[in-house]
Amino acid sequence: MWDYTDKVKEHFLNPRNVGEITDADAVGEVGSLACGDALKLFIKLDENKERIVDAKFQTFGCGSAIASSSALTEMVKGKTLDEALEITNQQIADFLGGLPEEKMHCSVMGQEALEAAIAKYRGVDAPAHGHGHDHVETEGELVCKCFGLTDVFLKKVIASNKLHTAEQVTHFTKAGGACGGCIPKIKELIAEVMGEEKKAAAEKPSKLTNLRKMQLIQETLENEVRPQLWADGGDLELIDIDGSNVQVAFRKACAGCASSGYTARFVEQKLRELVSPDITVQEVQG
Amino acid sequence: MREIYLDNNATTKVDERVFEEMRPYFCELYGNPSSMHFFGGQVQKKVDEARARVASLLGALPDEIVFTACGTESDNAAIRSALEVFPEKRHIITSRVEHPAVLTQCRNLTKRGYRVTELNVDGNGQLDLNELEKALDEDTAIVSLMYANNETGVIFPIEEAARIVKKKGAIFHTDAVQAVGKIPLNMAESAIDMLSLSGHKLHAPKGVGVLYVRRGTPFRPMLVGGHQERGRRAGTENTASIIAMGKACELAEQYMADEAGRVRELRDRLERELTALIPNTRINGGGTDRLPNTLSIAMEFVEGEGILLLLSDKGICASSGSACTSGSLEPSHVLRAMGVPFTCAHGSIRFSLSRFTTDDDIDAVIKELPPIISRLREMSPFGREYLVQK
Repeated sequence: MWDYTDKVKEHFLNPRNVGEITDADAVGEVGSLACGDALKLFIKLDENKERIVDAKFQTFGCGSAIASSSALTEMVKGKTLDEALEITNQQIADFLGGLPEEKMHCSVMGQEALEAAIAKYRGVDAPAHGHGHDHVETEGELVCKCFGLTDVFLKKVIASNKLHTAEQVTHFTKAGGACGGCIPKIKELIAEVMGEEKKAAAEKPSKLTNLRKMQLIQETLENEVRPQLWADGGDLELIDIDGSNVQVAFRKACAGCASSGYTARFVEQKLRELVSPDITVQEVQG
Repeated sequence: MREIYLDNNATTKVDERVFEEMRPYFCELYGNPSSMHFFGGQVQKKVDEARARVASLLGALPDEIVFTACGTESDNAAIRSALEVFPEKRHIITSRVEHPAVLTQCRNLTKRGYRVTELNVDGNGQLDLNELEKALDEDTAIVSLMYANNETGVIFPIEEAARIVKKKGAIFHTDAVQAVGKIPLNMAESAIDMLSLSGHKLHAPKGVGVLYVRRGTPFRPMLVGGHQERGRRAGTENTASIIAMGKACELAEQYMADEAGRVRELRDRLERELTALIPNTRINGGGTDRLPNTLSIAMEFVEGEGILLLLSDKGICASSGSACTSGSLEPSHVLRAMGVPFTCAHGSIRFSLSRFTTDDDIDAVIKELPPIISRLREMSPFGREYLVQK
């Protein structure tokens, strides 16, 4: 049996806001019978069309899908559309005191329905999600054919929930949970997202503290530089860091190599690219 | 809250008479049956008695009974043995609706170069024996087909299948975990070579199983390192559970008429009344032979986990073929193989009865389930235009 929190059970047994709003301002639908869960969200705005005054839902799905829908409708009431768009699937799960990881896709479905409803109201294309046959987005490439999910959608969920395994991506989105054919592609997407995050972190040198800078220099040398030197039978050792001056000693094949000057420039270039543009590399004997 | 336990295909209550039978073999009669002293010897006698009781239920001979740790072990041992007996044969036949104990092993074997044919089933979950006949060839080492399906209760024509297989010289194994104790079996007049059963499905404890191996069937053990079970399954006997298994089989023989009569009538009444009270249902496997204790009912436009949780809230324990309850994302492989439409597959619930099921239990389901289904259907965005009013 699933380890549902009392709050999940309570929202499942006594769901809030079940039903339709016949004169809804916005309606968002995600999921399908074939997928095994689906959510139709109705939103009613105030007279100025600013704040959400009422929200109702119809859900086909498991206990946590119903509880997530109930939580979502409670969370959006009183919010402006922009505020509502800030709601993340993690916040829906947190509202319920957490969801089992295998059930996180229920919270993602809630967030998707909300985005779909607001996008529809504003007359723009819904953000790419693809979950649900009526709403398959053309943006992005279809990755999971079983559940109709695009790379754009998957990358968004991977990034916002900091997912790092294919199994987690399945738990959060269902992708890869049926035939499993797209699991290699999911792994590529994770690598891509993590790579982008790494780059984004490296592109912010202005916020670098000395401590962080030293850590980054060490990480870059360990992960980016030394493996390349090993490939040629060489190695280096970090001797000291003095401000932006990085002192290294070459080892093994690199030690006394005629092109060590070239290698030092390669190290400098890597550190400038990934840590800070003002770095200089100095070869020392150590 | 009193439990209304209708999930007996998942596991059963240990019959108190079974428990009483096994009780002394922990703290008092704890001897090793292999020992030379009187203290172990008296346990050996009880193990022999248990073996005879199991054999009697199956219409088998005592030396054809091998005690194992569970049904899954029996299934694994049977298939591995056949492949070792026929190292030159590289083909296995099974069905798409087998229990994972068989299916997973077969699928893993494809990675080791074996060819596996998974026979299809029709909309009722029934086999086509012509397909079996066509799939068999000289390369087939073993055919493993379940006696009765755990999810739907559908009974395969196992005797006919076994005869077809024997003509081609392959070994025939059946996973009879769900059938034993519910329908009569007679190995004396059967062509089955090997048959698996599990203790906890027939009111014995978890952790004990049996593999029936017909006299003369070549066998290679999976566990080696001891002489136990005539060298067919090494390891000190789980004496208390084996003795429990013997008692459970003796009781199962006595209760066979109850299964075929009273239990079947309870199941039929449940089926009749639920289909009358709940619109848009279908009975999975309803058009073919089924176990007397199993009802798999599909309700359109609702999802199984929600049904189970609301039933559970009323003390009713059942099971579902829905994806969400298992952590997998697809409905059960059995219902999919049967071609049950998605509108129903997610909303399939299995009620499985036992000798302990009462009229009151059935009344409780008939009272509680229809309003649960109406409530979930009202909550669902689907099906409004299709649902028949009753």
